[in-house]
Amino acid sequence: MAEGILVFAEQRNGHLMKAAQEVLTAGHTLAEESGTGMAAVVIGPGADSLTDDIARYGASDVYIADGDAFANYSGLAYAEAVRAAAAEVDPGVILFAADSMGQDLAPVVAAKLQVGNGSDVTEVHYTDGSVTAKRPVYAGKSFVNIAFKKSPAVLTIRPNTYPPAENPADATVQNLDVAPSENALRVKATFEESESERPELTEAERIVSGGRGVGSPEDFEIIEKLADALGAAVGASRAVTDAGWRPYSEQVGQTGKTVSPALYVACGISGAIQHLAGMRSSKVIVAINKDPEAPIFKVADYGIVADLFEAIPRFIEALENQG
Amino acid sequence: MNILVCIKQVPDTETKVTIADDGKSIDEADVNFVLNPYDEFGVEEALQLKEAAGGEVTVLSVGPESATSAMRTALAMGADKGIRLNAEEVRLKDSFSIASALADAIQSLEYDVIFCGKKAVDGDNHQVGPMLATMLDLPCVSTVTSLKFNGTAFTASRDVEGGKETYTGELPALFTADKGLNEPRYAALKGIMQAKKKPIDVSDAEFPAEDSLVVESMEMPPESPPGKIVGESADAVPELVRLLKEEAKVL
Repeated sequence: MAEGILVFAEQRNGHLMKAAQEVLTAGHTLAEESGTGMAAVVIGPGADSLTDDIARYGASDVYIADGDAFANYSGLAYAEAVRAAAAEVDPGVILFAADSMGQDLAPVVAAKLQVGNGSDVTEVHYTDGSVTAKRPVYAGKSFVNIAFKKSPAVLTIRPNTYPPAENPADATVQNLDVAPSENALRVKATFEESESERPELTEAERIVSGGRGVGSPEDFEIIEKLADALGAAVGASRAVTDAGWRPYSEQVGQTGKTVSPALYVACGISGAIQHLAGMRSSKVIVAINKDPEAPIFKVADYGIVADLFEAIPRFIEALENQG
Repeated sequence: MNILVCIKQVPDTETKVTIADDGKSIDEADVNFVLNPYDEFGVEEALQLKEAAGGEVTVLSVGPESATSAMRTALAMGADKGIRLNAEEVRLKDSFSIASALADAIQSLEYDVIFCGKKAVDGDNHQVGPMLATMLDLPCVSTVTSLKFNGTAFTASRDVEGGKETYTGELPALFTADKGLNEPRYAALKGIMQAKKKPIDVSDAEFPAEDSLVVESMEMPPESPPGKIVGESADAVPELVRLLKEEAKVL
């Protein structure tokens, strides 16, 4: 009978992604809960250098798929490697990160295996062979509890919900003998690194977002300065991206990114329902807005009713003073 | 060129969610329904491709008769015809079942390219496009923000963590559209009038015998404790920083 956990350990250039550490942590939690074990599959150039890193998060078997066919990401080819690992492990649960690669790959694997896929899961349980999970719908305006009816259950885990925790294991390493079909390699990605030094919105521990109250694209510099002082990512409201002040990739909300950082600082954002949906699961929310009636203050843990152009320089100064 | 666009009717993003009596769906009583915003980008991209290369745009939707209004929106934008796969309960139905029904219908159609939205803003699953592509054995590029065609060759890019991925390939292929791909057009009055006369074929959705996963219950997010206004001028900022450091422990 299928049991145990298989984790897709996402890596880039021989570097284990933080999201992968989180998914391995979720997998370890499930393995403990169900009294089973955890295996991981790692794909692409540099994969073989990561077995120690992966074992540190509790995987007792690590499967490697490397070679030219996996040098560039292709959903269909990577799915063949994950299936090859699944054929070895016969897992009850397969976990991915709910990031760009995981959300592209998990549904392909699920469709190939003819099973269901739970997306962006914030909590998962595995007891007596059955898998249940909690996940946001309507961008987090509500949550559903889902039950899987087919095995294995394929899930993507929302970033920042399972903080990485080390649980060292002795791992057995195996190379997978898998050669993707030509069909699977029809389309593959070339990756171009962004020039920004700032953290990625969906992975960031801290985010500073600006809204219409910032006033103009040029004035967004003040948001960037605070973000850099905090080591934070920059976000924006829909009004701002629709006006073309900032790229859509920075939009937080129901038609943008859903984020859950430890600290979210909303500056000049009124707090439309579709924006709140995208950020209300942040652990601590700070609002700076000169309108005391702005709905953002209803979800903020700490609010300052003030002009952001007066408050933010003081914020940066205070951060610098504390060293 | 034969262009297909898979669309869904969804509650608009201003909807305030309240849970219905069944305990596992939302109360749709006062909800305004719209064409899923990400599907609008798919429809627009299909129309631009048709304008450049010629052909026909067909929109497909799995849903009840009431979902016809979202299909009419796509037809008013300029799509040529619709196919509705009739099913009563699709709001939070599992993506594998939805993709299976679409694949079943599309297998008997001629197509060069298929567009989907990257996700529907109700279920937020991010799955139907890649699943459908897998079932049809098509290459898939998801969450596309830029797409160019040169005959049947394409170059597609998407934003990923820390950068950008670019894919090149040949049609047929499936793309899921992200915001930023294009600016969807508004339907002109003439388009709205014409849409009423465009054909929408209806047949029953062919789902797998069993759902792959089911929604057992719905709940509201935990209430956050009421926040505090730290102050009403910039002078309150030092106190804010102190609270973030000592009380919230996030600095």
